[in-house]
Amino acid sequence: MSHDTHAHHDHSHDHDHGHHHEEGFISKYVFSQDHKMISKQFLITAIIMGCIAMFMSTFFRLQLGWPGQSFPILETFLGRWAPGGVMTPDIYLALVTIHGTILVFFVLTGGLSGTFSNLLIPFQIGARDMASGFLNMLSYWFFFVSSAVMIASLFVTGGPASAGWTVYPPLSALPQAMPGSGMGMTLWLVSMSLFIVSALLGGLNYIVTVVNLRTKGMAMTRLPLTIWAFLVTAILGVLSFPVLFAAALLLIFDRSFGTSFYLSDINIGGMALDHTGGSPILFQHLFWFLGHPEVYIILLPALGINSEIIATNSRKPIFGYKAMIGSILAIAFLSFIVWGHHMYITGMNPFLGSVFVFTTILVAIPSAVKVFNYLATLWKGNIVFTPAMLFAIGMVSTFITGGLTGIILADAALDINLHDTYFVVAHFHIVMGASAIFGMFAGVYHWFPRMYGKMLNKNLGYAHFWLTITSMYGVFFPMHFLGLAGIPRRYYENTNFPLFDQFTDINQMISMFAILGAAAQFIFFFNFFYSIFRGTKAPQNPWGSTTLEWTAPMKHMHGNWPGKIPEVHRWPYDYNKPGKAGDFTPQTEPMAPGEEESH
Amino acid sequence: MISFLTFLVIVLGLITFGRIIRIFELSAELRGTDVNAVNGSDNKTNSLLLLIMGSAFVFMVFYLTYAMKDKMLPSSASEHGVEIDTLFAVNWYILFAAFFITHALLIYFAAKYYFKKEHKPVFFAHSTKLELIWTLIPAAVLSVIIVYGISKWNKIVAPAGDDVLVIELYAKQFDWTARYAGDDNELGKASFRLIDGSNPLGIEYTDPQSADDILVRNEFHLPVGKEVVFKFHSRDVIHSAYMPHFRAQMNCVPGMTTQFHFKPIKTTEEMRVETANDKFDYILLCNKICGASHFNMQMNIIVEDETSFRQWLGSKKTVAEELKAAAPAATVEVKTDSLAAPADSAKVHAVTADATKH
Repeated sequence: MSHDTHAHHDHSHDHDHGHHHEEGFISKYVFSQDHKMISKQFLITAIIMGCIAMFMSTFFRLQLGWPGQSFPILETFLGRWAPGGVMTPDIYLALVTIHGTILVFFVLTGGLSGTFSNLLIPFQIGARDMASGFLNMLSYWFFFVSSAVMIASLFVTGGPASAGWTVYPPLSALPQAMPGSGMGMTLWLVSMSLFIVSALLGGLNYIVTVVNLRTKGMAMTRLPLTIWAFLVTAILGVLSFPVLFAAALLLIFDRSFGTSFYLSDINIGGMALDHTGGSPILFQHLFWFLGHPEVYIILLPALGINSEIIATNSRKPIFGYKAMIGSILAIAFLSFIVWGHHMYITGMNPFLGSVFVFTTILVAIPSAVKVFNYLATLWKGNIVFTPAMLFAIGMVSTFITGGLTGIILADAALDINLHDTYFVVAHFHIVMGASAIFGMFAGVYHWFPRMYGKMLNKNLGYAHFWLTITSMYGVFFPMHFLGLAGIPRRYYENTNFPLFDQFTDINQMISMFAILGAAAQFIFFFNFFYSIFRGTKAPQNPWGSTTLEWTAPMKHMHGNWPGKIPEVHRWPYDYNKPGKAGDFTPQTEPMAPGEEESH
Repeated sequence: MISFLTFLVIVLGLITFGRIIRIFELSAELRGTDVNAVNGSDNKTNSLLLLIMGSAFVFMVFYLTYAMKDKMLPSSASEHGVEIDTLFAVNWYILFAAFFITHALLIYFAAKYYFKKEHKPVFFAHSTKLELIWTLIPAAVLSVIIVYGISKWNKIVAPAGDDVLVIELYAKQFDWTARYAGDDNELGKASFRLIDGSNPLGIEYTDPQSADDILVRNEFHLPVGKEVVFKFHSRDVIHSAYMPHFRAQMNCVPGMTTQFHFKPIKTTEEMRVETANDKFDYILLCNKICGASHFNMQMNIIVEDETSFRQWLGSKKTVAEELKAAAPAATVEVKTDSLAAPADSAKVHAVTADATKH
């Protein structure tokens, strides 16, 4: 059945002959419907967006480390927003907002899922392409336009959206409240709406493809954990993004058409507004109903990638395959009933607070299972330290560190004093930001040969990893203490509070680590673009993996495999199975007589 | 010119770097090895680095926690805050144990089992017993955390007693006003439509309960040992009233009233002694992004004994007295000035000027 993946596709008649008609530049590189090309498009767009967001963070770290000091480079980049090289409070908030928006949505949602779901779903389940190449192409181009609109919003009068990446109204709804809530905010909402369309088109495609186009023998219990993670992620996205769409739409109505969904009893700039009857808290409920599953939309693909890389490079089966699937499902289910933990201090009913404490802390159980399963996989393995493996191990570390502080913040009684402080900044940057970006880096190092047919330089990869993890913890670990000392996030400077003066040097140290970390990413950028063109040629299966993507020819071809799609006879984790020759047994190798499946 | 030269240097640097890598790759090719294949020395080096860096990280986590303890908030100045501190400490110990165990195993396994050709890894795909152990133990520990946490939460948010002091904390971009409920302990009604220069909170003067209300800015006082009920309100965007020393925080949301109550247990003087800092002051700060001067929206809090508190409050004019004082002049300007003491308004302006300067 999977052989006619392309029944509705223009090029389908060519597949089984191993050659196909030449495509034009436009249909091959621009409006491509091929999952491999779309995957590369997502990755490169995400790298560019990530680079912009990273620069923003070094800019505001300059301000936070040395408040009020003049840095001519700021004036070069920010112009009238940084007269004399000192940024204004308005642009500070704008930078923080866009930094968060880009990284959460464009890099770690669109970039991560877009790159790896697209690349790996057809390859690893044994399909010729996505179920709908056309929708897949649309998904990328909506993402592209959405990114372009977000970048365009940086250049409008009044500046880009500045109300924080969570854009809580009334701050984001009223242009009188801050300059960024004018045109910048309008563009933010337009960009997010386009982004949601992209996420939904992509997500539907991923689900349909995994459910319908698996090759012969690829039972759900033989899917690599990457695919399980991508599938569940897509389901989360399809169920939760429409809610954000509704939230954004209502906000557009409130801003432009005079409705009062989120606004009531407001007197601003000496003017009483006509809005009555709305509630700003409604927006928070809608936002976090997407916002919390969103955290797992970011994290699950990274965990899936990690499972694959840790098993492959430990030369051992992943420990507890079914428990891993179970924990992915449990996390996904729970993610829909924990959103209230972002709102303990909005005045919500205290009983509701207790319910959210209960559900939120439950998430720690499947998370703990995942961590212990990773540890058990490493135990008595034969670990090959590829750069991908290092990032995967680093990700286990950040997932533990950040996950544990999550238990503190889940506790409503403790959240009272820590909400919106730097403790929160530390927590989510480590558990969501660093973990997901480490997963993404691991994925890029691992599947770069599959994407470009070239190898990434190994030694640059090692340098990149060690500098990144050192500076990452150097930036975010001390932030826990700033938070415990009561320093709020999103403060332009802390100099107005004698209480916080004792943290001046720590803030400077954090900023220096941030700059070091940003500089380290240039090693990656260089390695990435250099290797695309000049890298050494990749062998067929560089990491000795069992999964299907390494059975396809390294030179990309439309339809992935010449001739028939390989059949699958076993699960993907037969590394060093007793009685088998070699240290791995590909999924395509038939069961020997009397051999039992391993899980 | 300088920027062009910088650009040139960067480009040349990149080219050189690319060439060097190419040389490595070519020389490896000549030797017949793949420069990007992970070899034995990579595995050894990285496992050793993991051991060193990993141990250094775990050590730093514990060391920093110890070294930073004097920079943290002093012990709680409110009754419920003491319990929050205990809850936090218990959680902190549990989490540190979990952090240490998992990180020790991660670093040890990763460092120990690096690739050796002769080594045959165990084929160990599954163990119901082990999986049950590491599902049930975390579940048991987390149950304790959940039950303990919820019981404290319920205690903190339980309704206040009868003998309380009622204060409204009123937020706007970018300052706070505290309104004491006065002798009747009831706040007068207010409406956002009545707000003008002379009536910044939009108080309904026709409501008799408003007559004895007292408005203060820049600094407000609390009596030690008395339960205080705060009603939070905002007139423009969402703010958050954060009083870290009292372990208290609540959002101020336009269109609704939120509430939190606590009992201060240490006076400002006592805290100055405890922290060995004679300039120590409790603060109220805004902790929800609210606009350009979000970082400078604060109020000092003075906690003192009941007598001094009554004395201080008595020195302030009630809403009725303010109105009366303003009546003969009957102009808006005079009313505005009379509402805030001259010194206070000067300070407010200074703060605003400060904020826009940057």
